[in-house]
Amino acid sequence: MPDQARQPLGAQEDATAEGLTAGASEATPEPGAPHGLWTDAWHDLRRNPVFLVSALLILFLVLVALWPGLIATGDPNHCELIRSLEGPSAGHWFGFDTQGCDVYTRTVHGARASITVGVCATLGVALLGAVIGGLAGFYGGFWDAVLSRLGDIFFGIPMVLGAIVFLSMVSLGGIWPVVLIIAALGWPQIARIARGAVITAKQNDYVQAARALGASNTRMLLRHILPNAVAPVIVMATIMLGTFIALEATLSYLGVGLRPPTVSWGVDISAASDGMQFRNAPHILLYPAGALSITVLAFIMLGDAVRDALDPKLR
Amino acid sequence: MRGSIHLTMALACATALSLTATACGSTPADAGAGDRVVRASWGDPQHPLEPANTNEVQGGKVLDMIFRGLKRYDPKTGKAKNAMAESITTDDQQNFTITLKKGWKFSDGTPVTAASYVDAWNYGANAKNAQVSSYFFQFIDGYDAVHPADEDAEPTADTLSGLAVKDEHTFTVRLSEPFSLWPETLGYAAYSPLPQSFFDDHDAWLDKPVGNGPYRIDSYRPSQSMKLVKNKHFAGADKPKNDGVELRVYTDNNTAYTDLQAGNIDLVDDIPASQLANAENDLGDRFINQPAGIIQTVSFPLYDEDWQGADAAKLRKGLSMAINRKEITSKLYHDTRTPATDFTSPVLGKDGGYKKGLCGEACTYDPDRARELIEEAGGLPGGKITITSNVDTGSHRQWMDAVCNSINNALDKSKACTVNPVATFADFRNRVSGHKMTGMFRTGWQMDYPLIQNFLQPLYYTDGSSNDSGYSSSRFDDLVNRANAASDEGEAIGLFQDAERQLAKDLPAIPLWYQNGTGGFSDRLSDVRLNAFSVPVFTDIKVD
Amino acid sequence: MGRYIVRRLLQMIPVFIGATLIIFLMVYALGDPVTALFGDRSPDPATARALRAEFNLDKPLWHQYLLYMGKIFTGDFGTAFNGQPVTDLMRHAFPISLRLAVVALVLEMLIGIALGVVTGLRRGRAVDTTVLVLTLVVIAIPTFVLGTTAQYFLGVKLGWIDPAVGPDAPFNQLLVPGLILCLVSLAYVTRLTRTSVVENARSDYIRTAVAKGLPRSRITVRHLLRNSLIPVVTYLGADIGTLMAGAIVTERIFNIQGVGYQLFQGILRQNSPTVVGFVVVLVLIFLIANLLVDLLYAVLDPRIRYA
Repeated sequence: MPDQARQPLGAQEDATAEGLTAGASEATPEPGAPHGLWTDAWHDLRRNPVFLVSALLILFLVLVALWPGLIATGDPNHCELIRSLEGPSAGHWFGFDTQGCDVYTRTVHGARASITVGVCATLGVALLGAVIGGLAGFYGGFWDAVLSRLGDIFFGIPMVLGAIVFLSMVSLGGIWPVVLIIAALGWPQIARIARGAVITAKQNDYVQAARALGASNTRMLLRHILPNAVAPVIVMATIMLGTFIALEATLSYLGVGLRPPTVSWGVDISAASDGMQFRNAPHILLYPAGALSITVLAFIMLGDAVRDALDPKLR
Repeated sequence: MRGSIHLTMALACATALSLTATACGSTPADAGAGDRVVRASWGDPQHPLEPANTNEVQGGKVLDMIFRGLKRYDPKTGKAKNAMAESITTDDQQNFTITLKKGWKFSDGTPVTAASYVDAWNYGANAKNAQVSSYFFQFIDGYDAVHPADEDAEPTADTLSGLAVKDEHTFTVRLSEPFSLWPETLGYAAYSPLPQSFFDDHDAWLDKPVGNGPYRIDSYRPSQSMKLVKNKHFAGADKPKNDGVELRVYTDNNTAYTDLQAGNIDLVDDIPASQLANAENDLGDRFINQPAGIIQTVSFPLYDEDWQGADAAKLRKGLSMAINRKEITSKLYHDTRTPATDFTSPVLGKDGGYKKGLCGEACTYDPDRARELIEEAGGLPGGKITITSNVDTGSHRQWMDAVCNSINNALDKSKACTVNPVATFADFRNRVSGHKMTGMFRTGWQMDYPLIQNFLQPLYYTDGSSNDSGYSSSRFDDLVNRANAASDEGEAIGLFQDAERQLAKDLPAIPLWYQNGTGGFSDRLSDVRLNAFSVPVFTDIKVD
Repeated sequence: MGRYIVRRLLQMIPVFIGATLIIFLMVYALGDPVTALFGDRSPDPATARALRAEFNLDKPLWHQYLLYMGKIFTGDFGTAFNGQPVTDLMRHAFPISLRLAVVALVLEMLIGIALGVVTGLRRGRAVDTTVLVLTLVVIAIPTFVLGTTAQYFLGVKLGWIDPAVGPDAPFNQLLVPGLILCLVSLAYVTRLTRTSVVENARSDYIRTAVAKGLPRSRITVRHLLRNSLIPVVTYLGADIGTLMAGAIVTERIFNIQGVGYQLFQGILRQNSPTVVGFVVVLVLIFLIANLLVDLLYAVLDPRIRYA
């Protein structure tokens, strides 16, 4: 009975996840329909306007991030101080920033760095968190304690603090150190959720039945438990994605984020906010911040739609 | 114990929070201040408040109020005038006899004597006390014995052999070599006298420093606030025209500025560059913008092969000419900086050695000529150049971007010059003093005392204490030596200017702009001005 | 129950040592702090050596760590470069940040749960959409933009608040900073509560309650809310530590001399005693808060029993 004695403990530690998974775990398709959950979800998504709108928006943003030159032909690093803070005009729809750079060009070109940071950091956090949390939840016992405490260590170090220390330390600049530190310090949050979801799923009758029938650990994890743990991770990850893009801006504000010639929304937002320069020239804040908000909105809507699709109870 | 009380309070208040939001507030921040107290912004001093252990403005601001040394720099002209010194005499520019005025007391009532000075200087010079401004005593004979240059050597003496007390109000100083302008340096805080209590109970003194200046410290809450009141024992001429000063620590100058607008504070010095666009509108004639002894430069790593030789000199000149100083100082700094045309500062005045235009063509913006020079020199090393600076303080990011953009526009390449921001000052200084720079880097100089010597010798003399570029010119060194030994001030300044001309030729650093002191004050105050060190002259401020 | 608590307390020891070691290594890797103490001048070798000796910086890393950990257990957290004992800094900073965190926590609890319940019950309606967009704006706009803007408009333009918080940091001055600080968490709490309410609203016991003809308000409060709050409580517990330490930006904007301020200052000056000391205490707070939340969970959900 040792397994059952641990169960309540596991469940309570990851209460965050329970509310999110409760529904998903009960109505998973029978083993006889291999792709049932995903096929159903896809079927659902195709007819969900929220999904279609957000997916199109994300597609557009990704295209802009890949080929910014398509819609902004100028050089984002070409700046003439004489035009400092000039307002919008013909040919320069968004006006000029403090350094006299074209805000439109910079906003378009800033998509690449910001979206890369957001997406890669989220992928890193989700993968690390799901794997570590999943293993902890699946194996339980000693490994659970070790992995959970490891998570506590990283979670105990405040994100902004860790990022400042780490980024001042490496001082390379560029996108990857920022992605790395966010992933390194952000995974425990996902891990807790994934662990809870896995523990809940593990208790389900059909998983117990599969185990009784002699299914291998790998098969159980991939076929039965993973699909149930995905939904809460997706919800959390899409919210986190937004905060990560904003975090990049905060790091720039504190002087450790991305640096020129890398162009990013975060760099521009922090430059505009320094000493409230946007008081007299709101356009220098409005456009990069607006682009950031739309991106975050798109990802959260997508996450919501996917989550709903994966949750048969809400159908 | 105190912590637990706070906690209980916190919880009790939290429960009541939604009902009576204001009930749990303690006294408003300004309730304790007297009627005619100046509430001024402050930054947390980096070091304990000892005279010889303070090398930055925030600590210096306090020392300036609670100490008065032998000389004081006139708040208007910057000239060194006798304060506690009755006379300083010498026949040979090397042996000085210093006589003190009588009747001076520390704020604890004990008299200021010749021993107060000699003991303080011996303390400051001794390597064992690890005082960061020890080097001020390096001119005094016997410094090597109390403060060996070698890292591993132990001091072989406790006191400077060049100092001797003659009687209660007289002492003599022997320098290790002639230095005609030495008495002019004595206005710096490191030369302040110290009371006996400093040596008897050092920790207690540090909790509440005692000095002989116009103010005394009434209460000090480290890293939060300090209240200063009139020192009734002060014997100097410039007695405070207000009841006291309350210094409040602000982490971010922007917040201090916002608080000034909201009327919660009376005086903010050093307005952040990014707020300057608003400052004139927000404050009108309560905005202070006046010259100070600060020059901003960028230096080159002359220890790096890329920056040695005749071509590199041409390259440096080209880069200097590619920078549109005028546009940057007007667009970004709203004329609180002035394009630099020499290596000193206008606050020295013509007589003090400032010479407009001494830098010549090299400091003039001419993008076409700049491109020619850079092309003649074989282009930028590796086709690229960086500007490095810390960005944690001082809004450096903006001008670095602007300088790079200016160079890029002159060369018509958008990524030729890039900014390399360093997150912390500590990291930046480690790299600079470890000679790890490969491109241009920020150097700036805030004068210790208003002498042309101070703008040249520490920065460009071979192995000078702030010679970050690694510049070494025998001609420059020779001219400086001759200037220091000259007995006539005019002759000395002429020689210093010749040395400066050598700099303009070699360009180990390019002058960017002279920085003004900026500040703003509330309508409660009048007669507010900054001295040449951009520190407010607190004693003159009147409060309505 | 007792055994469970003991086990959790014992597990804290390796976490504590691990976290301190990591942060110690990180601060150490920042480099030599002594050079910066000399300002724009090259450090003078003899003075630099004396300073290094004073702060134990001349010893090898492992030795520094052992010396430091050894001292911590006697209550000595070392001295900051400006000569103040770190314990003095803590005594002042922690109560302030705790107060700020409490304000933030209360706000995010009240507003977040209220919004979550409303949107959960009105899923898909206008209220839901509006709150979704608002939470999104809050997540997408960095704290420093919201903070400086709120400070300027509320403090200067309207004069409703003091832009900077005084050294004593009374509660009334902490309301706006607390709100700014909790905004991102508030968004999380709202969404968590909403999800949870949506799930539970379809559960059998609610259906039973409705069928029994219980008043709507009673169903919402007694049945729905109580069960929906469980994940929220976990989140809030973990958030206490984040709120206290994550206030670096908020504390800087509003000039609050709390933990975030001291940490930021410590990092800028590469002052390892300050940074490590503060993080050590933060990790402890975080661990204890987690334990308390787990225990609280048993109170909320009678199905849970600790072995």
